[in-house]
Amino acid sequence: VTANQLAKAISSNVRGAVVSHAKGIDVPTIVVRAEKLLDVCRYLRDEQGKNFLSAVSAVDFLGYGEDVSGYFGTERGRDLNATGSWGSPATAQAPATRFCLTYHLAHVDADGSPPDRVRLQVFADDGEPVPSVVEIWPTADWHEREQYDLMGIVFTGHPNLKRLIMPSDWDGHPLRKDYPIGGEPVQFTDAV
Amino acid sequence: MSTGTDHDLDRPQAPVVPLGTPCRIPPGAPSNVIPPPGEDLITVNFGPNHPSTHGVLRLIVTLDGEVVVGLDADIGYVHTGFEKNFEQKTYWKGIPYAPRMDYLGFFANELAYVGAVEKLIGIQVPPRAQWLRTLFAELNRIHSHLIYLGTSGIELGAMSLFFYCTRERDSVLDLFEMVTGVRMHDRYPQFGGVAEDVPRGFYAECKRFCREMPKHIDSYLDLTAENPIWKGRLKGIGTIPAETAIAMGLTGPNLRASGVPYDLRRNDPYLAYDQLDFDVVSAAEGDCYARYLCRTREMYESVRIIEQCLEGLPPGPVMADDRKYVLPPRDELQTSMESLIHHFKLVTEGFRTPEGQVYCAVESPRGEFGCYLVADGGPKPWRVHFRAPSFVSLQATAMCSANRYIADMIAVVGSLDGVMGEADR
Repeated sequence: VTANQLAKAISSNVRGAVVSHAKGIDVPTIVVRAEKLLDVCRYLRDEQGKNFLSAVSAVDFLGYGEDVSGYFGTERGRDLNATGSWGSPATAQAPATRFCLTYHLAHVDADGSPPDRVRLQVFADDGEPVPSVVEIWPTADWHEREQYDLMGIVFTGHPNLKRLIMPSDWDGHPLRKDYPIGGEPVQFTDAV
Repeated sequence: MSTGTDHDLDRPQAPVVPLGTPCRIPPGAPSNVIPPPGEDLITVNFGPNHPSTHGVLRLIVTLDGEVVVGLDADIGYVHTGFEKNFEQKTYWKGIPYAPRMDYLGFFANELAYVGAVEKLIGIQVPPRAQWLRTLFAELNRIHSHLIYLGTSGIELGAMSLFFYCTRERDSVLDLFEMVTGVRMHDRYPQFGGVAEDVPRGFYAECKRFCREMPKHIDSYLDLTAENPIWKGRLKGIGTIPAETAIAMGLTGPNLRASGVPYDLRRNDPYLAYDQLDFDVVSAAEGDCYARYLCRTREMYESVRIIEQCLEGLPPGPVMADDRKYVLPPRDELQTSMESLIHHFKLVTEGFRTPEGQVYCAVESPRGEFGCYLVADGGPKPWRVHFRAPSFVSLQATAMCSANRYIADMIAVVGSLDGVMGEADR
């Protein structure tokens, strides 16, 4: 199924859900509105056979495209390795919203059919809640807890949204781009 | 004597299994079973440094006598921020990080990361390198399954099996050492191919290994498969029906043991798997015993694949010829100024990739190991996220152990075969 067909099928079943779609480097990529996410997921699971959720991944786009995470010898990262100098396309464009959640869906069956992957994406700003898909794919439970813990995404409707990887009293969300690297305050001081 | 059934309890097989059509949801959160209100319940902290938790896993167990009525798994004790580290390293320097996540299935981790970057930059890997990668991926699968068999045996009180397994594991690692120079965490696959060709003598050694390994697997099965204690501890314990397994996202042997012969090597072939002849091992029961049998029998298939790789290894280069991404050959550095400069630039600044996102999944010994990579066009990944099969399968601990004896919980944790380094990343 191409991205085009899939986007059409989704929009004809869940009106106004699809924001954009792309062929993608590897798999069809569909961006949907957060408020329609559950309907789209239910449609994809029940009608398109995407019964398997590989993972929920969050990406923080803070500062994306401003300075390419860069060469270590320079202040802002960049000048010795200027954009386009390797024949790559010009500067990356940061999306308007800060966070992006990616759901990799697949079809798992006993009959040996290919997984037929689809990438479903939702954009959300800092603090903007995203509906939890645990009721659709129970495996999302820990995946969403991980993204809540490390990226600070809040999932509404999650049965047990608490930290999973970091200690329960940890401050901040370490995978955010503005989380300090090096020189962070010593935690656990009261544990002695 | 009927093994397994005499183990069952009179209480209802509660909140665990009610999955019907494509996928519905077990009531309550599947990752933690909330105990019903009642007296005489005690909450016990189990782990993280308990010898039978299969790694640094902490379980908060609510017990009614000896029966587990509530369980909450706590992970993260070996969280080392791999994904954050990847964002600070050029693509090249990320390769050695990958195998340190799943330290038993290290080669699959490297393959997923390297595969994702290769997809992104669109580099063609020469066939010989593909076949070599396949060979080592299977050697690595044997390595990982041996450790599974040994350690889960120890957790059940079968000490001697571990010694046999480590003996054969050593010969696998000897093969790795012969080719890559190190026994684990080898950085052997690189963007565009593998680090170097196999040395002289490898063919004979590997052939000898393939000849002897099936006999060893026979002996493990002789020791355990019909052993009444082994069967009693594993049969009918921690059963996962097929629909539940899919809904819970289980992959690899855990899924195949539930009667779904889904294997990325067959369903979504990568490397040279589409040219090789092997069977996907599966079982119908979905209990700990089925998972044990699947893993052990998979080693036979891995040996078959290795034999075919040795026979069919195509000639040719082991590295793509694209100097934009590939390090110049070592010997050129002595004679060519340009190569030296190029080497220096690639190592210090790294290479640039197109902007975009890719997901590359491989069948690791534990299931679908995926690498989701977002690139902003710079020499470092913007974001790398790993889909770790251990992370997913450990979620099923609570579901499998509910309303069973605490001793069965040990068998369940062992049979799900989580590697904490990978689950916590």
